[in-house]
Formats: sequence, structure tokens, C-alpha cells
Amino acid sequence: MSLTTGPAASGAAVTKTTPEGAGAGRRPRRRPLGRHTLHGWLFSTPFLALFGLFMLFPIVATLLMSFTDFGARNVTRPLEAQFVGLDNYTHLFEDDRFLTALFNTAYFVVVGVPLTLVLGLLVALLLNNGIDRARTFFRVGFYAPVVTTIVAVAVVWRFVLDPSDGLVAGLGAELGVQVPDFLGSPTWAMPSLIVMAVWRNLGTVMVLFIAGLQAVPTEVREAARLDGAGTWQELRRITVPLLRPTLLYAAVITTIGYLNVFEEPFVMTQGGPSDATLTVSLDMYREGFNFFHMGYASAMAYVLFVVIMGITVLQLRLLKDNTR
Amino acid sequence: MTAPTAPLPTRRRRTGSRVRTPLVYAAASAGLLLMAAPFLWMALSAFKTKRDLTASPPVWIPTTWTLDNFHALLRQLDMARYFLNSLLVAGLVTVCNLLFCSMLGYALAKLEFTGRSKVFGIVLAALMVPANLLILPLYVLMNGLGLVDTYAGLVLPFAANAFGVFLMRQFMQSVPDEVIEAARIDGAGEWYIFWRIVLPLVKPALATLTIFTFLGSWNNFIWPLIATDDPGKYTLPVALATFANDPNRTVGGGGNGMLMAGSLLVVLPVLVVFAALQRHFTQGIATAGLK
Repeated sequence: MSLTTGPAASGAAVTKTTPEGAGAGRRPRRRPLGRHTLHGWLFSTPFLALFGLFMLFPIVATLLMSFTDFGARNVTRPLEAQFVGLDNYTHLFEDDRFLTALFNTAYFVVVGVPLTLVLGLLVALLLNNGIDRARTFFRVGFYAPVVTTIVAVAVVWRFVLDPSDGLVAGLGAELGVQVPDFLGSPTWAMPSLIVMAVWRNLGTVMVLFIAGLQAVPTEVREAARLDGAGTWQELRRITVPLLRPTLLYAAVITTIGYLNVFEEPFVMTQGGPSDATLTVSLDMYREGFNFFHMGYASAMAYVLFVVIMGITVLQLRLLKDNTR
Repeated sequence: MTAPTAPLPTRRRRTGSRVRTPLVYAAASAGLLLMAAPFLWMALSAFKTKRDLTASPPVWIPTTWTLDNFHALLRQLDMARYFLNSLLVAGLVTVCNLLFCSMLGYALAKLEFTGRSKVFGIVLAALMVPANLLILPLYVLMNGLGLVDTYAGLVLPFAANAFGVFLMRQFMQSVPDEVIEAARIDGAGEWYIFWRIVLPLVKPALATLTIFTFLGSWNNFIWPLIATDDPGKYTLPVALATFANDPNRTVGGGGNGMLMAGSLLVVLPVLVVFAALQRHFTQGIATAGLK
């Protein structure tokens, strides 16, 4: 602190008010840019105004709505909704359809996330070790499904899995195998959606892992090889532990994405057959915008949000690097 | 014989990879083919006749190439209209994000001001809020403001994305303080410094943000689905999903041909943009994910 020269007074004040700057800088240094509180806030205004109106207000409003009987007539007269306390929440846990949706969403996440992570890691390892020519070509190819419109992709997969004219059924018939009606069977519909989600999202995980792998120092691997580590040992003892931060980040974003799954069942199965692919988001959409039970749907939104927060915190705890 | 011990691992690895390389390429190519299969099936099926579409065993290459599916689709759906809607909404969302995200990103990276860490905290919190938590009251709000079925209603909720702010802040931190200080000594105003000096220095970041925002908006589904009742305001995904879920219009083999033609028209622009600008994607993901 004693080293502050120039605009000493403001420099010291800044160090106090912005902990992140002070933490990153460590050594007390002169603030060459001075203080610009007015301009700082002016530059923040557009974002903060939009944030307040379209994010903060809805977050609070959803919470308030979840304690009311907000219905179709309240869309034009929102203040006339009646307070019903915790009724919406207690009804939720007696609602078989919602419990099914909760189970289906959990199924989707518990099977889908590990599959996506493992396959993403596998592809990243494949492309990072031994692919020198056409490296970009391969990466672009594996990443392409991520950027494509999910609705269009879902329409395509619906046709690929079609029981009479679809690609999979046709190939099965050629091989003499009776292929099930994937999207029409309560047993196979959810696994089909999971396969499609893995196909679509493994590119994101792959890109993250490739970036992580390139940060692993070559010396570490070479040392391991010199000590006689095989490929599997190197992967298990060296690569995966060093990829822990990447794995954590990939696991968190994939889980959050999968918990919110909506488009795939909306387009491919409409939640069927017999609610086998009804997810929480889809159930919420229907209650809210088909039946206009908006208070009830708000309670669903909050339950899902609490689940998402809880799982994210849990993952951060479990996967955090405890060795340091 | 005279080789010292040090190069040994390199040599051993090289011989190892020589054996392994063809296997790696074979595995990667097989994987790639699996990834591409749905796209190939879509693109080829869009040009198939009804007979090829229902053929068993399935036909990959159309025996007769036809544009009938596209004609039939365009008779049923005003694709040009939906295309323009999507383009307009995605374009406006992108322009707003470029401006607002870089403004706040600049303030967070380069302006010392009281409350800065609180504003950054808000940005980080906003990153984690799922759309599901917002859409119910957002619909009521938009309805109250008379913005349902308007472009403003489709654009405004997405006009400033927290991810964009985060990205711009990361990049703007690398702009040297001296440049800004020198401009200030020369008497440049704060807006001038931001607009004329800092923004041109972060063009790669602006490119990355443009692509992410544009494609995010182009592919966005749930909000446009809710915020439009009038088919004249549908975006491409909403129009395609509504069409695909209407059994009266898409039943039978011909329906699948139309749907593949529609999907191709929706996906093709995205794939072309992506292939042309792919290097910005990996950059953006790596920056956002690992810092």
C-alpha cells in the first residue's frame, strides 16, 4: 500500500473496493487508469436494465406465482391471482405425471451425462494422439451436430428411427433382425432420445477435452512412459487426473443442459408413448402454456431449478481436486 | 550406437505410433461416418421420390433425383417468410449483444468503479439461470406490454447475454492499459476510447461473439414457440416443429421427404457458416471454459 504513487488516494480506495483486482494483482501497484465510477455505471446500464426487466423480474415473479392459483384469466389481470400458500408444491408430489417426468429426466441425465463424457473423452484422445493430417476436418466433423438446429436434427432422427421407412429399421430388415419401433415403445423411446443427445453433444465435450489435453505437459507423459507405464496406465494415472478441472466443467454444463431437456421429446415423441419420455421441462410447458396452470407450472420451474442448483453444487464438491 | 539415452523415448514412441496410426485413422473415420450419417440421410432423402423414400431395403442414393419435396414443402410452408424472420431476429439479437456485451465487458475489464465486483457477480449469477425459470412470467410481461407476436418480443429477452459479457471481459483484459491511458492524456472521451480504440483491438473476440450469438438465436426454440401465435411471425424452428407435429400434413412417405427438405433448408445455412468460421468456435469455447 505504501508504494502507491500518483493518484495515491484513489488507488488505495480502489484496492479496498475491488477485491478481485487486489487479489489478482497481489503486489500493490499504481492504478494507471484512475477511477471512473460514472462511466463504469453508464457502460453497465444497458445490460443491467435488460437483466433487471427480463431476468431478475421473472425470477422473482416465478417464485411469487408458484404460491398462487395463477391461471388463464390472470394473464391479462395478473394481480387478481389468489395466494394459495404451498398448495402447488404439495400437489406436485402427489401428481403421478410430474413424478414420472422427474424420473424420466433423472433417467436421461444419469445415463446420458456419463455416456457423453466418456465418448467425448474417447474422441478427444483419438484425435489428439495420432491424427496429424486432416485434424481440423475431423474436429469440425465431430463438432458439427452441436451447432445445428436441434429441432431440425430431431425431425431427422425421427425419420431415421421410423419403424416402417426409417434407416435403422431398413438396415435391420436387411440383416434379418427385427428392430423395435424405437420411438413408439415405452422401453426404447428414452434410450433413443439419449443416443441422439449423446450424438449431438459429444462435440462440446470433445473440444473441451482437447483443449485440456493440450495443456498436459509432454514431459509428464514421457516420464510416465520411461517408467514403463502402458497406454491404459498412462490414461488412468496421468491423463484423467490432470484433466480433472476440464472434466468438472464438462460434467456441470452437460448435466445442466440435460436437466433442461425439452426439444428432443417435444419434436420426436411429444412426451409419449404413455408419458415414457415426458420430461420436467415438457410437463412444465404443457401445464403452463397448453392448460395455463401457470402457478402450478411455476412451482415445477422452481423445483427443477433447486434440483439443478443442488446437483451443480454436489458436482463441484465431489469432483473438486482434493489432492492439493 | 552412439545415440545417447535421451532420444530413446521419442524413437520408441515414433515406432509405436507408426503401427498405431492407421488404426487411429480407421477408428476416427468410422466415428465420423457415424456422426455424419443422419446428415447424409437427411440431405439425400430430401431429393428422393416417394418410392425411394419408402423402399426396403433403404436406398441411400436417390435412383431418380427430384425437387418435388421442396416444391411440396414450399406450397405448404412460407419458408421464405420464416427464413427472413429467423434472419432478422438473429441479426438484431447479434447487433444488440455485440454492443451491450462489449460495453459491459469493457467496463469490467478496464474501468475502475465503485460496485464493479457486484456487477461482475450479477453477470456470473446470470450465467447459471435456466430459461425455464423465466418463461412463464416473461410471457405475462410481454403480453402486458403488447409484445407477443412482435420482433421486439423475440429479440429483447436475448439482447444482452451474460456469456457474451464474460467473453468480452476476458478478451478486453489483454488490451494494454497504456493504450487507454495515452488516449486519455490526449484528451479522448470515454466513449471515443471504447469505440475507436478498444473495439478495433478485440475484433477476433467480436467475431467469436457474433457466431455464437447468431447461431444461438437461429437455433433458439422454446421462447419463439411461446412468444408467437401468428404464423407470420414464426421463426424457422417453430415453423418446422409445428409442421412436423401436425399429422394431417405430414403423414406417409411423402411427408418424410418434405420434412427432410425442410430440415435441410434450416440446417444448411448453419453448417455453411460453421464450416467457414470454425476456428472461432474452438477459440470461444476454450476461452469461456478454461479461464
